[in-house]
Amino acid sequence: MANSKKVKKIQITTTINGQEMELLIPPYISLLETLREIVGITGTKEGCNDGNCGACTVTIDRRIVDSCLVLGAEIDGKNVETIEGMATPEGLHPLQQAFLEEAALQCGICTPGFLVASKNLLDKEPNPSEGRIRHWLAGNLCRCTGYDKIVKAVQKASENS
Amino acid sequence: MVSTSDKKEYKVIGTRPIRHDGYDKVTGRAQYGADIKLPGLVLGAVLRSPHAHAIIKNIDTSEAEKIPGVLAVMTSDDLPRLDDVQRASSEESGSEKHLSENVLAYKKVMYKGHAVAALAAIDQNTAEEAIKKIKVDYEILEPVINVDQAMHKDAPIILEDFEADHLGKKVLNTNVALHERYDFGDVEKGFSNSDFVLEKEVNMQTVHQGYIEPHNATAIWDEENRVKIWTSTQGSFVVRDSVSKVLGLDVSRVRVTPMEIGGGFGGKIPIYLEPLAAILSKKSRRPVKLVMTRTDVFEATGPAPGGKVKVKLGVDSSGKMLAAKAVIKLEAGGFPEAFIEAASKCVFSCYDIPSTRIDGYDVIVNKPSSAPYRAPGSPQVAFAIETLVDEICSEKGWNPLEFRIKNVARKGTRTALGPLYTRIGLEECLKAAKKSDHWKSKLDDNLSPGKKRGRGIASGYWFNIGFKSHVNLALNTDGTVALTEGSTDIGGTRASISMQAAEVLGIPAEDVRPTVVDTDSIGYTDVTGGSRTCYATGYAAYLASQKLIQEIEEKAALKWDIDVEEVIYENGIIKSKSDSELKMTLKEFADDSPGGPITANASVDLEEAGGGFGVHIADVEIDESTGKTDVVRYTAIQDCGKAIHPSYVEGQLQGGATQGIGWALNEEYYMSRDGIMENSSYLDYRNAYFLRPSDD
Repeated sequence: MANSKKVKKIQITTTINGQEMELLIPPYISLLETLREIVGITGTKEGCNDGNCGACTVTIDRRIVDSCLVLGAEIDGKNVETIEGMATPEGLHPLQQAFLEEAALQCGICTPGFLVASKNLLDKEPNPSEGRIRHWLAGNLCRCTGYDKIVKAVQKASENS
Repeated sequence: MVSTSDKKEYKVIGTRPIRHDGYDKVTGRAQYGADIKLPGLVLGAVLRSPHAHAIIKNIDTSEAEKIPGVLAVMTSDDLPRLDDVQRASSEESGSEKHLSENVLAYKKVMYKGHAVAALAAIDQNTAEEAIKKIKVDYEILEPVINVDQAMHKDAPIILEDFEADHLGKKVLNTNVALHERYDFGDVEKGFSNSDFVLEKEVNMQTVHQGYIEPHNATAIWDEENRVKIWTSTQGSFVVRDSVSKVLGLDVSRVRVTPMEIGGGFGGKIPIYLEPLAAILSKKSRRPVKLVMTRTDVFEATGPAPGGKVKVKLGVDSSGKMLAAKAVIKLEAGGFPEAFIEAASKCVFSCYDIPSTRIDGYDVIVNKPSSAPYRAPGSPQVAFAIETLVDEICSEKGWNPLEFRIKNVARKGTRTALGPLYTRIGLEECLKAAKKSDHWKSKLDDNLSPGKKRGRGIASGYWFNIGFKSHVNLALNTDGTVALTEGSTDIGGTRASISMQAAEVLGIPAEDVRPTVVDTDSIGYTDVTGGSRTCYATGYAAYLASQKLIQEIEEKAALKWDIDVEEVIYENGIIKSKSDSELKMTLKEFADDSPGGPITANASVDLEEAGGGFGVHIADVEIDESTGKTDVVRYTAIQDCGKAIHPSYVEGQLQGGATQGIGWALNEEYYMSRDGIMENSSYLDYRNAYFLRPSDD
């Protein structure tokens, strides 16, 4: 990473939350940093920067990833969804509504990651069991809630969607 | 003081409205400290000590300064040297000198990860490359990493110039910063009258609060020598006071804007990066943001003290406790304050014991300077006394729940530190435990070979501090109420404070609009911590709401030109006692009220409340060959008082219990002999995660 100024930036075309954009990215920065510092959307959070907490969860072509473990340049030609793309002009996604109603967040820093990962699950499996939900979300850490209310919120959203 | 205890029916209290800040937090809009963007913002990096204990012989920053894009470099030479004046604030005390030297090492590093220098640069990459160019000459010293090593007669002394206090005597050249003793009754006589005496020592490792959001700070130092700070903190005023001391500025020159906070549990009360960002801004003339890595968080910020706690209990043949002794040795880290007074207050708090002696030792070790963590000192001593109580019951064949009820502390019981308990709810918790399905159920004995199940029960206590809070209310012209407060919202207090205002005002919770404001915009408010916020800031909201009603009634009397005694305000409706024609809604009134805006505010400085108790029951399954332990059923019974927003009270119990299970089973700092934390990532430091063995 020495002499970072001499490293050429990479030009990519990507789609983030349905919006196509061209970006100029230093080759050494993560997708997390790309979203937060270059695209300028900060809903995706950094908790550990080494793929162990899930706070930076986004999807690339409908696959969940820890965005801190993916290089920004890797999203060339791909479709990225973040927490900012979850609500629509019609309102909140059923998961967002359920998280509010079930008090599935306290401090809220892990919430975007949990919501993106949960949506990815429900998009694939509309009626997951509790065990399946717990297994799917095991890569996301929450320190405040003890997880119970998060499971209940995902179950509620699965019933309502 | 006005009491609400006679009020039985509530309209808002006890309901579960959607929290006011919830929409921002489920959409990614909420601005946490690391999310802040300012025009001209630059980023920085901190150089941290690779050694646990070393003298700094020289710091050479010249190579780093030459790197293009580096805008400012700082060391402790840029901070004023402070005298050893004691600070006092809620859950946070210690000397100004140590406060400053923890922020940036001066002449000596006390733990691995101790900040030594910092710089600001045009981007993160340049900052991280440049920080490696700072050269530090260390003279490495032998590290001291646990209480036994630190209290050994030949131990290296960590704080050489520190004057310790041992039972009121000033002592030099010791790693025991403070030795306190609390005596009550004749403990030796109590033991000699006992039929059965048992002693137990437990050893506890260091654990971390483990909040998911790393520490951060952003600062601007302007031409008028005023400093603006944006940070994730449990107490904006504590940050203001601490930063102004470290920088040598009057408090009014420091303005702190609390950003959303991604967890704290006590660990986001101390300051770390704020003064560094401020000095780097002063030197670079740019706003500067610093954010810790996860490793920095583990290695340099507030763990909860590990240590050793020895307890001794004397009981008579009927199972009545007669005497108890505790020796509490907790690791303060590199600077004093291991919460031993709080630990002493908690150790025998659940029992009525006629004679006690408690010795507390605040022990300096080469670990990060410890910070509060969920009732600081209480879990450590509860682990010791509750284990001993179980062992006595097991040895004597007594029922551990009945034994606890027999010796229970209640209203009027004298506590080990002196005061009598006011109304408390431990006995009710124990009786609720006895009646619970969990306690009445049989342990499942139909297990796979090599597995065993067991059930434990334990009590715990925290004294619920009061302290200072301020709340402003302003009636909007549409009949809603704007509430401003200084309590940072770590997990639902905007909702619980607003609900208390809404209850008094007789309007829906959603019609009170709360905002957490900066330190220039509200009266002094203590930290969000110590179980005080819902109580103390809530009380300020309760008083301010009553004043607002008074103001509404006075202005309505003016509007109708009647005597104020004639006006009644009830559930958002204003009416006249005698003239049924005179009636308006709060909205109708607010839209056209005479004499300027309707506002009210209130301040409080509250005493401790009655104290909170809990009784938890856990069933665990242990694999006899591997020792793998699963918690298969867990019930928490807690004396919460009246739950303002029950969902968030449940969340506190569930979250607290989960952290407790982590503390008991998975979490600890693995320290090398050199005082290096070997597991400073979430991969190796295991926060409890989502899977559990049972769906009970």
